[in-house]
Amino acid sequence: MSLVARALEAEGIPTVVLGSGRDIVEYCGVPRFLFTDFPLGNPCGPPYERQAQAEIAAQALDLFETASAPRTTVQAPQLWPEGEGWRHVYNFIGPENRDALRAEGEARRQRQDQERQSVAKAS
Amino acid sequence: MDQDNDAAPVGYMERTRRYYRALGYSNDYKWSRYDDVPFAPLKRPLAESKVTIVTTTSPPGGPRDGNRKLKEVWSGPTTDTPSDLHTEFMAWDKETTHTRDRETYLPILALQALVAEGRIGGLTDRFHGVPTTYSQGQTLEQDAPDIVRRCQEDNADIALLVPM
Repeated sequence: MSLVARALEAEGIPTVVLGSGRDIVEYCGVPRFLFTDFPLGNPCGPPYERQAQAEIAAQALDLFETASAPRTTVQAPQLWPEGEGWRHVYNFIGPENRDALRAEGEARRQRQDQERQSVAKAS
Repeated sequence: MDQDNDAAPVGYMERTRRYYRALGYSNDYKWSRYDDVPFAPLKRPLAESKVTIVTTTSPPGGPRDGNRKLKEVWSGPTTDTPSDLHTEFMAWDKETTHTRDRETYLPILALQALVAEGRIGGLTDRFHGVPTTYSQGQTLEQDAPDIVRRCQEDNADIALLVPM
Protein backbone atom coordinates (compact mmCIF):
# COMPACT_ATOMS: atom_id res chain seq x y z
CA MET A 1 0.00 0.00 0.00
CA SER A 2 2.95 2.30 0.63
CA LEU A 3 3.89 1.88 -3.04
CA VAL A 4 0.36 2.94 -4.03
CA ALA A 5 0.72 6.05 -1.86
CA ARG A 6 3.88 6.98 -3.71
CA ALA A 7 2.22 6.49 -7.12
CA LEU A 8 -0.81 8.63 -6.20
CA GLU A 9 1.34 11.43 -4.79
CA ALA A 10 3.49 11.43 -7.92
CA GLU A 11 0.27 12.11 -9.89
CA GLY A 12 -0.74 14.95 -7.58
CA ILE A 13 -3.23 13.09 -5.36
CA PRO A 14 -2.37 13.60 -1.66
CA THR A 15 -2.66 10.48 0.51
CA VAL A 16 -2.87 9.48 4.15
CA VAL A 17 -2.02 5.92 5.12
CA LEU A 18 -4.12 4.74 8.08
CA GLY A 19 -2.58 1.58 9.46
CA SER A 20 -1.27 -0.42 12.39
CA GLY A 21 2.03 -1.77 11.03
CA ARG A 22 4.20 1.16 11.96
CA ASP A 23 7.63 -0.23 11.18
CA ILE A 24 6.64 -1.52 7.73
CA VAL A 25 5.03 1.75 6.61
CA GLU A 26 7.85 3.90 7.96
CA TYR A 27 10.52 1.64 6.48
CA CYS A 28 9.11 2.19 2.99
CA GLY A 29 8.46 5.89 3.55
CA VAL A 30 5.10 7.56 2.91
CA PRO A 31 4.01 11.19 2.95
CA ARG A 32 1.46 11.09 5.78
CA PHE A 33 0.77 8.24 8.17
CA LEU A 34 -1.81 7.95 10.96
CA PHE A 35 -0.61 5.08 13.13
CA THR A 36 -3.27 3.25 15.13
CA ASP A 37 -1.60 0.98 17.68
CA PHE A 38 -4.06 -1.90 17.38
CA PRO A 39 -3.75 -5.57 16.45
CA LEU A 40 -3.52 -6.04 12.69
CA GLY A 41 -6.96 -6.27 11.10
CA ASN A 42 -8.78 -3.27 12.55
CA PRO A 43 -6.73 -0.19 11.57
CA CYS A 44 -9.81 2.09 11.65
CA GLY A 45 -10.76 1.21 15.23
CA PRO A 46 -11.99 -1.65 17.38
CA PRO A 47 -15.10 -3.52 16.16
CA TYR A 48 -18.40 -1.70 16.71
CA GLU A 49 -16.68 1.19 18.59
CA ARG A 50 -18.34 3.85 16.45
CA GLN A 51 -17.09 6.79 18.52
CA ALA A 52 -13.44 5.70 18.34
CA GLN A 53 -13.81 4.93 14.63
CA ALA A 54 -15.24 8.39 13.97
CA GLU A 55 -12.41 10.07 15.88
CA ILE A 56 -9.77 8.07 14.03
CA ALA A 57 -11.23 8.92 10.61
CA ALA A 58 -11.26 12.61 11.60
CA GLN A 59 -7.62 12.43 12.75
CA ALA A 60 -6.65 10.85 9.43
CA LEU A 61 -8.27 13.70 7.53
CA ASP A 62 -6.62 16.29 9.79
CA LEU A 63 -3.26 15.03 8.56
CA PHE A 64 -4.01 16.31 5.04
CA GLU A 65 -3.98 19.81 6.53
CA THR A 66 -1.37 19.54 9.27
CA ALA A 67 1.44 17.57 7.59
CA SER A 68 3.93 19.92 5.97
CA ALA A 69 6.60 17.45 4.85
CA PRO A 70 6.83 13.79 3.82
CA ARG A 71 7.35 11.02 6.41
CA THR A 72 4.95 12.68 8.82
CA THR A 73 3.68 10.10 11.32
CA VAL A 74 1.00 10.86 13.92
CA GLN A 75 -0.04 8.25 16.47
CA ALA A 76 -3.75 8.11 17.28
CA PRO A 77 -4.32 8.27 21.06
CA GLN A 78 -6.97 5.54 21.13
CA LEU A 79 -6.03 2.34 22.97
CA TRP A 80 -7.15 -1.21 22.24
CA PRO A 81 -10.08 -1.71 24.63
CA GLU A 82 -9.05 -5.16 25.84
CA GLY A 83 -5.59 -4.24 27.10
CA GLU A 84 -2.12 -4.82 25.76
CA GLY A 85 -1.98 -8.63 25.72
CA TRP A 86 -2.49 -8.71 21.94
CA ARG A 87 1.05 -7.52 21.28
CA HIS A 88 2.50 -11.01 21.72
CA VAL A 89 -0.11 -12.95 19.77
CA TYR A 90 0.50 -12.32 16.07
CA ASN A 91 3.02 -14.74 14.49
CA PHE A 92 3.90 -16.05 17.93
CA ILE A 93 6.81 -18.51 18.05
CA GLY A 94 7.60 -20.54 21.17
CA PRO A 95 8.76 -23.98 22.22
CA GLU A 96 5.15 -25.16 22.21
CA ASN A 97 4.53 -24.47 18.52
CA ARG A 98 7.93 -24.79 16.83
CA ASP A 99 7.29 -28.32 15.54
CA ALA A 100 3.80 -27.44 14.37
CA LEU A 101 5.14 -24.41 12.48
CA ARG A 102 7.81 -26.47 10.74
CA ALA A 103 5.15 -29.01 9.68
CA GLU A 104 2.86 -26.22 8.49
CA GLY A 105 5.70 -24.78 6.41
CA GLU A 106 6.32 -28.17 4.81
CA ALA A 107 2.63 -28.58 3.97
CA ARG A 108 2.56 -25.06 2.54
CA ARG A 109 5.54 -25.68 0.30
CA GLN A 110 3.98 -28.92 -0.99
CA ARG A 111 0.78 -27.03 -1.80
CA GLN A 112 2.73 -24.32 -3.58
CA ASP A 113 4.64 -26.92 -5.63
CA GLN A 114 1.39 -28.58 -6.65
CA GLU A 115 -0.12 -25.23 -7.65
CA ARG A 116 2.94 -24.40 -9.73
CA GLN A 117 2.74 -27.77 -11.46
CA SER A 118 -0.95 -27.39 -12.26
CA VAL A 119 -0.36 -23.87 -13.64
CA ALA A 120 2.51 -25.21 -15.78
CA LYS A 121 0.25 -27.95 -17.14
CA ALA A 122 -2.56 -25.55 -17.91
CA SER A 123 -0.37 -23.12 -19.86
CA MET B 1 8.30 -15.33 23.80
CA ASP B 2 9.15 -11.77 24.62
CA GLN B 3 7.50 -11.00 27.91
CA ASP B 4 7.74 -7.24 27.77
CA ASN B 5 4.22 -6.00 28.13
CA ASP B 6 4.94 -2.37 27.53
CA ALA B 7 3.17 -0.33 24.91
CA ALA B 8 5.96 -0.23 22.33
CA PRO B 9 4.72 -0.72 18.77
CA VAL B 10 5.11 -4.30 17.53
CA GLY B 11 8.13 -4.83 15.26
CA TYR B 12 6.30 -6.64 12.47
CA MET B 13 9.25 -6.87 10.09
CA GLU B 14 11.43 -8.73 12.58
CA ARG B 15 8.53 -10.84 13.77
CA THR B 16 7.62 -11.80 10.20
CA ARG B 17 11.24 -12.72 9.43
CA ARG B 18 11.40 -15.00 12.47
CA TYR B 19 8.03 -16.53 11.69
CA TYR B 20 8.92 -17.46 8.11
CA ARG B 21 12.23 -18.88 9.26
CA ALA B 22 10.29 -21.01 11.76
CA LEU B 23 8.13 -22.19 8.85
CA GLY B 24 11.33 -23.29 7.14
CA TYR B 25 11.73 -20.56 4.53
CA SER B 26 15.36 -19.54 4.09
CA ASN B 27 15.04 -16.32 2.11
CA ASP B 28 13.84 -13.33 4.12
CA TYR B 29 11.23 -11.08 2.54
CA LYS B 30 12.68 -7.74 1.49
CA TRP B 31 10.41 -4.79 2.09
CA SER B 32 10.53 -1.80 -0.22
CA ARG B 33 12.51 1.18 0.96
CA TYR B 34 12.97 4.61 -0.56
CA ASP B 35 15.10 7.60 0.38
CA ASP B 36 12.90 10.10 -1.40
CA VAL B 37 9.18 10.36 -0.65
CA PRO B 38 6.85 12.35 -2.93
CA PHE B 39 4.52 14.84 -1.25
CA ALA B 40 1.59 16.36 -3.15
CA PRO B 41 -0.04 19.45 -1.61
CA LEU B 42 -3.81 19.76 -1.27
CA LYS B 43 -5.29 21.20 -4.46
CA ARG B 44 -8.25 22.75 -2.67
CA PRO B 45 -9.44 23.07 0.92
CA LEU B 46 -10.35 19.83 2.66
CA ALA B 47 -13.97 20.98 2.95
CA GLU B 48 -14.10 21.06 -0.86
CA SER B 49 -12.06 17.91 -1.48
CA LYS B 50 -13.51 14.61 -2.59
CA VAL B 51 -11.96 11.66 -0.78
CA THR B 52 -11.62 8.07 -1.93
CA ILE B 53 -10.66 4.99 0.08
CA VAL B 54 -8.18 2.32 -0.98
CA THR B 55 -8.24 -1.04 0.84
CA THR B 56 -6.04 -4.14 0.68
CA THR B 57 -9.03 -6.46 1.02
CA SER B 58 -10.58 -8.48 -1.82
CA PRO B 59 -14.19 -8.60 -3.05
CA PRO B 60 -16.66 -10.78 -1.14
CA GLY B 61 -16.39 -14.50 -1.69
CA GLY B 62 -13.38 -16.75 -1.33
CA PRO B 63 -11.83 -19.29 -3.71
CA ARG B 64 -14.42 -21.90 -2.67
CA ASP B 65 -17.15 -19.57 -3.92
CA GLY B 66 -15.49 -19.48 -7.32
CA ASN B 67 -13.84 -16.10 -6.72
CA ARG B 68 -10.65 -16.27 -8.78
CA LYS B 69 -9.92 -12.57 -8.63
CA LEU B 70 -8.71 -12.29 -5.06
CA LYS B 71 -5.39 -10.75 -6.08
CA GLU B 72 -6.58 -8.27 -8.71
CA VAL B 73 -7.29 -4.55 -8.40
CA TRP B 74 -11.01 -4.01 -7.99
CA SER B 75 -13.57 -1.34 -7.10
CA GLY B 76 -16.77 -1.39 -5.07
CA PRO B 77 -19.62 1.06 -4.38
CA THR B 78 -19.58 3.38 -1.36
CA THR B 79 -23.35 3.10 -1.10
CA ASP B 80 -24.91 -0.32 -0.52
CA THR B 81 -21.40 -1.61 0.10
CA PRO B 82 -21.18 -5.35 0.80
CA SER B 83 -20.71 -5.96 4.50
CA ASP B 84 -18.35 -8.90 4.09
CA LEU B 85 -15.30 -8.12 1.99
CA HIS B 86 -12.86 -11.01 1.74
CA THR B 87 -10.20 -10.82 4.45
CA GLU B 88 -9.62 -14.42 5.48
CA PHE B 89 -6.54 -15.21 3.42
CA MET B 90 -4.79 -12.02 4.52
CA ALA B 91 -2.21 -11.74 7.29
CA TRP B 92 -3.78 -10.15 10.37
CA ASP B 93 -4.27 -11.09 14.01
CA LYS B 94 -7.08 -13.63 13.72
CA GLU B 95 -6.63 -14.80 17.30
CA THR B 96 -7.16 -11.39 18.89
CA THR B 97 -9.82 -9.82 16.73
CA HIS B 98 -12.17 -10.27 13.76
CA THR B 99 -13.27 -8.38 10.67
CA ARG B 100 -17.04 -8.80 10.97
CA ASP B 101 -17.39 -5.03 11.41
CA ARG B 102 -16.47 -3.62 8.01
CA GLU B 103 -15.92 -0.16 9.50
CA THR B 104 -12.78 -1.45 11.22
CA TYR B 105 -10.97 -1.54 7.86
CA LEU B 106 -13.19 0.39 5.39
CA PRO B 107 -14.41 3.59 7.11
CA ILE B 108 -17.33 4.45 4.84
CA LEU B 109 -19.82 5.39 7.57
CA ALA B 110 -17.19 7.48 9.36
CA LEU B 111 -16.32 9.40 6.19
CA GLN B 112 -19.97 9.85 5.23
CA ALA B 113 -20.51 11.44 8.65
CA LEU B 114 -17.58 13.80 8.04
CA VAL B 115 -19.08 14.73 4.66
CA ALA B 116 -22.38 15.48 6.41
CA GLU B 117 -20.50 17.68 8.91
CA GLY B 118 -18.83 19.58 6.07
CA ARG B 119 -15.34 18.50 7.10
CA ILE B 120 -14.72 17.05 3.62
CA GLY B 121 -16.36 17.90 0.32
CA GLY B 122 -17.50 14.41 -0.57
CA LEU B 123 -16.82 10.71 -0.87
CA THR B 124 -16.28 9.16 -4.29
CA ASP B 125 -18.95 6.77 -5.57
CA ARG B 126 -16.41 3.95 -5.52
CA PHE B 127 -13.70 2.71 -3.21
CA HIS B 128 -10.79 0.74 -4.63
CA GLY B 129 -9.07 -2.48 -3.66
CA VAL B 130 -5.45 -3.44 -4.17
CA PRO B 131 -4.98 -6.85 -2.56
CA THR B 132 -1.49 -7.28 -1.13
CA THR B 133 0.81 -9.41 -3.26
CA TYR B 134 4.35 -10.51 -2.58
CA SER B 135 5.40 -9.21 -6.00
CA GLN B 136 6.57 -5.61 -5.69
CA GLY B 137 6.99 -5.64 -9.49
CA GLN B 138 3.27 -6.33 -9.94
CA THR B 139 2.39 -3.58 -7.47
CA LEU B 140 4.68 -1.02 -9.10
CA GLU B 141 4.00 -1.82 -12.76
CA GLN B 142 0.34 -2.88 -12.78
CA ASP B 143 -1.60 -2.35 -9.58
CA ALA B 144 -0.45 1.12 -8.50
CA PRO B 145 -0.97 2.68 -11.97
CA ASP B 146 -4.38 0.98 -12.11
CA ILE B 147 -5.38 2.51 -8.75
CA VAL B 148 -4.16 5.95 -9.90
CA ARG B 149 -6.26 5.68 -13.08
CA ARG B 150 -9.38 4.67 -11.14
CA CYS B 151 -8.93 7.54 -8.66
CA GLN B 152 -8.54 9.98 -11.55
CA GLU B 153 -11.68 8.59 -13.25
CA ASP B 154 -13.57 9.28 -10.01
CA ASN B 155 -12.16 12.81 -9.72
CA ALA B 156 -10.77 11.99 -6.29
CA ASP B 157 -8.86 14.91 -4.80
CA ILE B 158 -7.36 12.95 -1.90
CA ALA B 159 -7.04 9.30 -0.94
CA LEU B 160 -7.21 7.51 2.40
CA LEU B 161 -5.21 4.29 2.14
CA VAL B 162 -6.03 1.58 4.65
CA PRO B 163 -3.76 -1.48 4.70
CA MET B 164 -5.08 -4.35 6.81
